This record gives sequence, structure tokens and C-alpha cells, in this order.
Amino acid sequence: MSSTTRTQSRGAIVLFVAPFLVMFALFFVAPIGYAIVESLFAVKSSGLGFGPPEEVFVFFSNYVTALTSSSFLESLGRLVLFSLIEVPLMVVTAVGLALLVDSAHARFGKAFRVIAFAPYAVPGVIAAILWGFLYVPSTSPILQVLGGVGIDISPLSSDTVLFAIANIALWTFAGYNMYILLASLSSIPRELFEAAKLDGAGEWQITWQIKVPLLRPSIILVTVFTIIGTLQLFAEPLVLRPLTTAISSDFTPNLAAYNQTFAQGNPNLAAAMAVIVALIGFAFSFGFLRFVNRKENRAW
Amino acid sequence: MVRQPAAGLGARIVVNGALVISALYFLLPIVWVVIAGTKSPSDLYSSFGLWFSDTPQAIENLGRVFTQDGGIFSVWLLNSLLYAGVGALGATVLAIACGYGFAKYVFRGREFLFSAVLGGVLVPATIVALPLYFLLNPLGITGTAWSVLLPSLVSPFGVYLARIHANASVPDEVIEAARIDGAGDVRIFGSISVRMMMPAAITVFLFQFVAIWNNFLLPLVMLDNQKTFPVTLGLTLWNSQTQRDPLFTQLVITGSAVSVVVLVALMIAVQRFWRADLSAGATKG
Repeated sequence: MSSTTRTQSRGAIVLFVAPFLVMFALFFVAPIGYAIVESLFAVKSSGLGFGPPEEVFVFFSNYVTALTSSSFLESLGRLVLFSLIEVPLMVVTAVGLALLVDSAHARFGKAFRVIAFAPYAVPGVIAAILWGFLYVPSTSPILQVLGGVGIDISPLSSDTVLFAIANIALWTFAGYNMYILLASLSSIPRELFEAAKLDGAGEWQITWQIKVPLLRPSIILVTVFTIIGTLQLFAEPLVLRPLTTAISSDFTPNLAAYNQTFAQGNPNLAAAMAVIVALIGFAFSFGFLRFVNRKENRAW
Repeated sequence: MVRQPAAGLGARIVVNGALVISALYFLLPIVWVVIAGTKSPSDLYSSFGLWFSDTPQAIENLGRVFTQDGGIFSVWLLNSLLYAGVGALGATVLAIACGYGFAKYVFRGREFLFSAVLGGVLVPATIVALPLYFLLNPLGITGTAWSVLLPSLVSPFGVYLARIHANASVPDEVIEAARIDGAGDVRIFGSISVRMMMPAAITVFLFQFVAIWNNFLLPLVMLDNQKTFPVTLGLTLWNSQTQRDPLFTQLVITGSAVSVVVLVALMIAVQRFWRADLSAGATKG
């Protein structure tokens, strides 16, 4: 290759790659960097109380404040608990639905795909508004029917509110995750099933011995995306809050950070809180990936 | 092939029964809101939720939704369409070009940069949206459509998909042949590679369109003028006024019904273009 084409292709590389990378740096990397720096500073009024307040470097003082605040610790605990409810619920449901639709017995798989995928088009806040009506006895046909036969449940009580929120997230994303898993099921060569049938395997054995092990990479992908998704918990509790006393203004760490920024006027503390949530997200995701990779040599 | 009919029938009932129940679950809130959108405010509480009332007033409700506050609801719908449409289009162009560059050119720092972009997929939105407000505020951008549009142009997941798809569907031989014929890199990309990457481009576009349409945190942080709100933020604003004025409840319900029906219809129409196998295949790379 002559040196002119090499220079030309260097220009092309910049032309292709640079526009995205510049935007990524400005609107993704810079805010994260800014948050990390800001989390190490605090606004203090100057020595004698005269003059404008100034930003002072305070090391990890904001992190200490966040991690010793009982309400923030509670919201972190709540978020972890929510993840422990939501992640298995989502993965089991999505895998179950995908296997059902892919089963030889399923009769209306095409229609079901469309129906299950539809909620993905409903924004989380609107999903929360809709389910909010379905969680209140005065407007909910389900609670009315259940109440009619003597079963009284209040989904928004403090004991069940996390499940009520988990249900909203499940409703929104289960069909989408099912879709990813179905796509990966459809890439399995059908001859494999025929061969297994000739060897006397039933539908049940084909499902557990062939389909589920081959789905493994997609299940891992869905799990990691669900972990990241649960840590963003913000809009649903914000919308449901007026309907119940079980949701406080700092119900999740993200709500707490939002309040610190705009209501309490302490963006430095908010930045520390956001960094803590991001670190927990990385720890969970990489912890999970290490866990499944360590077990890679075994069947599961 | 030997098959026991009895066992087959039982399995068929279990599988299809489970699918019917799941379908009802997914349909329930959508059916409820469409029916509730046709009711008068008093029928909302006095008639059974999953059937129409005796005095439906769908037209009147729709009229109120679209005339409330000088027709602001149409502005919100158009804003959502603008943010999601323009944002997704820009994001797709950036992501496809960048993914192609990562896939087809070797340069120093390539894998490091790609890992950084991949890491972006794992970052929760709060740590980006809140600080972004403070970075954009001194520039005078906050409160304008730009503060929502510009960040929406960045789709790390799109770059990831584009790189994998470029590797799989644009053969090096085709690029080499075009180069021997004297075509430049930009022309090869624009007239050959982009066409081969169309399925990935459509998927990235749809993925980002839904992500922007459904986004709530970013517009909530950035926007303060109702006229710039997307429909998610607008409906939440109405929803927050229901306790002051119960009539807003019907507005929220009918407004939600309209936006749900519009987007679900759009989604069903384009679903066949949605190549989920691209994102699934991603894990094999």
C-alpha cells in the first residue's frame, strides 16, 4: 500500500469514528468525570461568613455523609432487595415465555409475540400511571373482583410495594427479553431436535437438554441488562408516590440524588450518591459475569 | 415417530393455557386504559373497569385532551416525535459509521476505545443526566430542545451492534475489490457498506427511537417549559395535578390511551424490521 492511500485511509478512519467518539466524550464521559470530581468537593461559605461561598476539596466527605445517612442506606438496601426480586422474576419469566412460544405445542406463537412485545412501546412512566390505577381499589377491576370474593389485597402497602413496582418493570420488559431469547432459539439448527427425537427424547428433554444450555449466552445478556435496568429505578416510584405513604421522597438512591440536586441544592452529595449507585452496578454486573464464567466448565 | 396422543394433548393444553394467561396479562393495562378513556369521570369509578359504560363519551374526552391548555397535548406528541425521530436518525448515522470504522480499520487504541464505548452500555443514566445538567447550564442549552436532542445522539449499544454486524455482513473482499476499482473509503462506505448494513441500521434506529420516546429522567432534568415537554413529561405533569383537580384524572387516562395506542400501533407495524437476533447474536461474538 502506498503512503498516499495510507494517509487517505487515516482520514477515513477519523471521519467514521471521530464524530461518535466526540459526542460520546462530550455527553457521556465528561458528565461522569464531572460527577466524580464534584463528588470530592463541597460548597462552603468562606471563613468569616463574608464573601461568596466557595468550592472546597473535601476528599471522601460526601461519600461518608451518604453512607452514614440512614435514609440513604435504607434506599440502597431497598434497591438491592428490589434487584433480588426483579432479576430472577424477569429472567425466569422471559426464558419461560420464550420456551413456551418455541415449543412444538404452541398454537398462536406469532400473535403472542406481538402481544408480549407491545408493552415495550409503553414508556415506564405511563406504564406506572396505568398500573397505578390498577393498584387502587376505586378504579381497579382486578381488586374489585378479588374483593368481591373476599380477597382484599392492597398492592401499594409498604409490605408489597416493591413487588408492585417489580410487576410494572416485568410487564414492560418481559416481552422484549423474550424476543431476544426467541431470536437466539431460532438460530439453533432444527436438525438437532430431529436427531434428539430419533434418539427417543421427548419435548421436555429437548427443552432442558438442548434449548436451555444453548440459550446460556442470551440468558446472561438478559440478566446483565436487567441488573443495570433495576438500578435505574426512578420513574415508577416517582409516579406511584402520591398514591401511597409507603414511598418516601428518597425511596431509591436515584430519587435521593435527584432530590439532593434540585430540592436540597446539594449537587456534590448527589454526585457522590450517583457514583455509589454506578459502582454497585459495576460490582453486580461483573460479579455476575465472573460467577457464570467460573462455572463455565460445569454444565451450569 | 411414535407419539402418545393423551400426553400430547395434556402438554398442548398446559402450553397454550399458559400462553393465553400471559397474553391476558400483557393486554390487561392496555385494554383497561382504552376502555377507561371512553368513560365519563363519574363512570370511571362507578362502572366495571373492563367493560364500557352505558354512557360512553370517547369523542368528548378526546376533544378535552386535545384542547386542554390551548392544545398543549398535540405539542407534546409532536415534541416526542421530533426528539425520538431526529435523535434516533442522528444516533444511527453516528453509530453505523463508528461501528464500521471499528470493524474494518485497524488503528492504534482501537480496542481500548471500543471497550470504553462498551462500558458505556453498563452505566446507569443518573450518573450521566444529573451532571450533564450542570455542564450544559452555563452554555445556556438547558431548557431548550437541544439539551434533550444532543445527548440522545449517543448510542453506545448502537456502535456495539454496528461493529458486530459490519464484521458479519460486509466482506473484506468486497471492500478490496472496490478499492482496486479506484473507489475511495468514503465512497465505498456510502455506496456499498451502508446498504449491506441496512438491517443493523434499522435495528439501531428503532432501538434508539423507543429509548428516546420512553426516556423520562433526561427531559425531567433538562426541561422547564411545558412547550418543550415530550409526552411522557407532559402526562406526568397532568398526573401531578389530579389531587388538586380530579378532572385531570380523565385527562391523564385519555391522554395515556392516545399515546399508548399510537406507539403500540407504530411498534406492531415496524416489528418485522426489528432484528432482535442481532442483539442476541452479539453474545456469540
